[in-house]
Amino acid sequence: MSSENIHEGGIGSNSMELIEIQLNGEVHQIEKTASVLDLVNSMPLESAAVAVERNRAIVPKSQHGDTLLQPGDHIEIVTIVGGG
Amino acid sequence: MNDDNSVTETTPTPLTLGDKTFRSRLLVGTGKYSDAETMNNALEASGCEVVTVAIRRVDLKSGDNLLSQLDRNRYFLLPNTAGCFNAEDAIRVCHLSRELGLGDWVKLEVLGDKKTLLPDPVGTLEACRELVSEGFKVLVYSSDDPVLALRLQDAGATSVMPAGSPIGSGQGILNTNNLSIILEQLDVPVIIDAGVGTASDVTIAMELGAEGVLLNTGIAGAKDPVAMAHGMRHALDAGWFAARAGRIAKRRYAQASSPTEGVLGE
Repeated sequence: MSSENIHEGGIGSNSMELIEIQLNGEVHQIEKTASVLDLVNSMPLESAAVAVERNRAIVPKSQHGDTLLQPGDHIEIVTIVGGG
Repeated sequence: MNDDNSVTETTPTPLTLGDKTFRSRLLVGTGKYSDAETMNNALEASGCEVVTVAIRRVDLKSGDNLLSQLDRNRYFLLPNTAGCFNAEDAIRVCHLSRELGLGDWVKLEVLGDKKTLLPDPVGTLEACRELVSEGFKVLVYSSDDPVLALRLQDAGATSVMPAGSPIGSGQGILNTNNLSIILEQLDVPVIIDAGVGTASDVTIAMELGAEGVLLNTGIAGAKDPVAMAHGMRHALDAGWFAARAGRIAKRRYAQASSPTEGVLGE
């Protein structure tokens, strides 16, 4: 689900149920049925590779689509940056 | 040693770490550059093959960062655990690094405190042991303590990397005595990591007998990073050759370079 859908989903359409998760240390709202893959796709990233932790356990990339987010999940999405 | 005394040899031999061979003995960080073009030009000028990178939370507001403009095919990316202050966090970062597709090679840093950024020796050793048991190739940032360096080697480190001086301090090589002892005692390659301020620091590290030098701020923080990268590369070569050349002994008094016989007026 893209964030566009969330914005357009208000009037007339099925009311969107949102859940709250912790994303990179901040409170984040996302559609109840969203998967890890939906969340990753909603990030403002062009090409960077990411790795995802859910409640301190790595979610392998192959399972991003099948892993549904639960209320209260602690999600970390990391990438490669410059460093010494 | 330069066995054939060839006058055509103008570059050091490659650097071997574990089962890998790298064309340059200079390892360069990718942090603190003002823009991607400067970073790419400086890396190229340095001649490095291994570049260190960090793993951080995705910036939810700005998205991609400078590193997305690095030509990844040209370099071997070595992820670090910078910013970790205990073994658990460092190990966690290494797991994420594997998931990011960066493989098993890591630069392990477990830091003691934010002011000195000196390594926490206990946490470093603990993390090194665990990561080695999990199949990681661990290049470990260490203090210049010879005993700790030996312990890290015993723990299975692929390379031990003592600091010349505190990270980013630019103080160069502070304890040549300790580093010399480490270099004499260890069998695994020793790379001097951190503290390099200018080119002569790299030369000193190599003259001591280091297998390589890892630096970041010395280049990235220079007024002209690309020029400094050139300097660092040549400084490394200079030190490598000097270390193998067998320097003259130091003397208290002068010793004439020109013949002392046949001087006019004698």
